[in-house]
Amino acid sequence: MKLNSDTDAVIEFQDLRREFRMGSEVVRALDGVTFTIRRGEYWAVMGTSGSGKSTLLNVLGCLDRPTSGLYRLAGHDVSDLDDDELSELRSRALGFIFQSFHLIPQLTVLENIEVPLLYRGDDFPGGHDRAIALAERVGLGHRLKHRPSELSGGQQQRVAIARALMNDPAVLLADEATGNLDSATAKEILALFDSLNSEGKTIVLVTHDREVGRRAEKILHLKDGRVVEIENVRAAAAG
Amino acid sequence: MLGISLLGTFKLGVRSLLQHKLRAALTMLGVLFGVSSVVAMLAIGEGASFEAQEQIRQLGSTNIILRSVKPSDDRRSSNQSQRVTNYGLTDDDLDRILETLPSVKRVVPIRDLRQEVRVQHRMINPRILATLPSYLEVTGRILSSGRFLCEQDHMEATNVCVLSGEAAQVLFPFDDPLAGIVKIGSEYFRVVGTLVPRTTTIAPTGTSDLVGEVFLPLRTARRWFGQITTKIRPGSRESELVELHEILAQVGTLDSVEPTAEATREVLKRFHPKSDYEVIVPLELLIRARETQRIFNIVLGAIAGISLLVGGIGIMNVMLATVTERTKEIGVRRALGAKKRHIIGQFLVETVVLSASGGILGVLLGILIPTLVEEWTDLKTIVAPTFPMLALGISVLVGVVFGLYPAWKAAELNPVEALRHE
Ligand SMILES: Nc1ncnc2c1ncn2[C@@H]1O[C@H](COP(=O)(O)OP(=O)(O)OP(=O)(O)O)[C@@H](O)[C@H]1O
Ligand SMILES: [Mg+2]
Repeated sequence: MKLNSDTDAVIEFQDLRREFRMGSEVVRALDGVTFTIRRGEYWAVMGTSGSGKSTLLNVLGCLDRPTSGLYRLAGHDVSDLDDDELSELRSRALGFIFQSFHLIPQLTVLENIEVPLLYRGDDFPGGHDRAIALAERVGLGHRLKHRPSELSGGQQQRVAIARALMNDPAVLLADEATGNLDSATAKEILALFDSLNSEGKTIVLVTHDREVGRRAEKILHLKDGRVVEIENVRAAAAG
Repeated sequence: MLGISLLGTFKLGVRSLLQHKLRAALTMLGVLFGVSSVVAMLAIGEGASFEAQEQIRQLGSTNIILRSVKPSDDRRSSNQSQRVTNYGLTDDDLDRILETLPSVKRVVPIRDLRQEVRVQHRMINPRILATLPSYLEVTGRILSSGRFLCEQDHMEATNVCVLSGEAAQVLFPFDDPLAGIVKIGSEYFRVVGTLVPRTTTIAPTGTSDLVGEVFLPLRTARRWFGQITTKIRPGSRESELVELHEILAQVGTLDSVEPTAEATREVLKRFHPKSDYEVIVPLELLIRARETQRIFNIVLGAIAGISLLVGGIGIMNVMLATVTERTKEIGVRRALGAKKRHIIGQFLVETVVLSASGGILGVLLGILIPTLVEEWTDLKTIVAPTFPMLALGISVLVGVVFGLYPAWKAAELNPVEALRHE
């Protein structure tokens, strides 16, 4: 692992661009984005629709490659990696939580949580027990054998969170994780994020909702693919 | 780790297939019919080939068969009653062949008789062959009990006979035929032996309605029944004078069969201007039978291959639909760290599970079909142990070949787009 100027940095973006070519037109979904997220921080990404939030999260999650600029994840320059290495990085360093949960319908709760084990590339002897422990942690210890279709939205999202935690990633990435949930259920999920963050997990959460954004430490405001402001919520609250 | 994940992938594949039971079953049907037709056709082909070769082998591949044939111009006049037709092979031919053709090791004369054979009230109309002791060795037929005709029987023209298995079965259903007495025509003969029944034979024309065979010493037969055979038909009495109905010539080596057959034709031509004989060369038949068999097998194989191809295309079609249907799942798995080869593996396992289960059922059906064919027709079938394995191997191969493209397509999906797919 390379030594950085900032050894606490988990995610570094420098002048990062992502362009989509639509015929003759070029859409700059990310247009020179620079920021650094440190270990254990809780970030929210906000902006109007089409401002580039999802694009940013996809690049962050190594699902998409930037057109130019530097992205360093846990010290690795991601642009150097091939498809297999990116997959490896997703498997080990990143946990995804999606707006519509994206559980695999034919698998049970427990099996869904265990999916990331399949792709680790090594043996994880305690894996099964860890999956059960995680299910209990998100409050679904009694639903292990159920199918996703037999669960409520909130429960499904809890399963997705347990799945994201399976390989103990450095960073959790959530795109509108509470967007499909009613406000009471959303609060429970956000409380879960809070407690995960307090245990040291780095979290990046995309949201439309100002109230949701305020639970984070910092809010990255995007507009037309550019960073307008990095708002320091806790400093503001303290001040 | 590989073992665990392979088992996991396998279970997952089965589970995904079970999600759409009807679809999986229909897809499997394609492979099932392909594989079962491969097995069944191989079995029928092998049976036919075995039967043809067995038939010819029993005639003896180093044998040349000479048979008396009624010349066609005599056939026309045969309606005239009371006329004795004289044609066919003679004792002189027998000596001539043996003397002029050094490659011929042995010759066996055969006279056919038409007589009823009785034991008390039981009666059959068998093929009665009057021949020499060497008949047994030259034809390679097998004794089931007692002995065959011996030199002494012939020299002394004793009244003994040997029964084929079928004849013994009918004449002596409850007793040991050995030392039994049978009545042939108006004479009594002692049974000295029985033969194992022939599974197949190229019978001389007009003998197919005869049950079993009875063997007599040649000299005995001539002593009691003379040279003239008489067939009584409605409206006519047909008498023939044929010295020998058949001559078996055994040649020393396989290589000399063809030239000897040719030479035999030459020798006989001079003395039989009416061509009242035919020359049958089992070896030629064998070679022709093998050639026919080969073509038969190629055609059968092509048909089976096409049905497998159709099955394979069915699998590919379904897997392509499955990949489209599960695009989002593929995106999720990629996000969770699946490499391209994991995705390929997952879909390939599914197609192989599909095609291999189709293959296993196909093998069962493929074994059942020949059994039924054997039951309902008189075709012989042989399921060699290699056929099911071959068919299974082919079905797995079909799964891999036709699963590869859909699996590759799944793996090449862009993860972001796959996740966004509805
Ligand atoms: N695959 C693509 N091809 C072309 N243009 C794209 C593609 N993906 C995103 N864009 C464009 O990039 C811009 C940013 O899109 P993005 O999905 O990141 O927005 P967003 O902030 O997530 O919006 P929302 O809040 O509606 O989800 C949009 O103008 C969009 O049209
Ligand atoms: Mg979005």
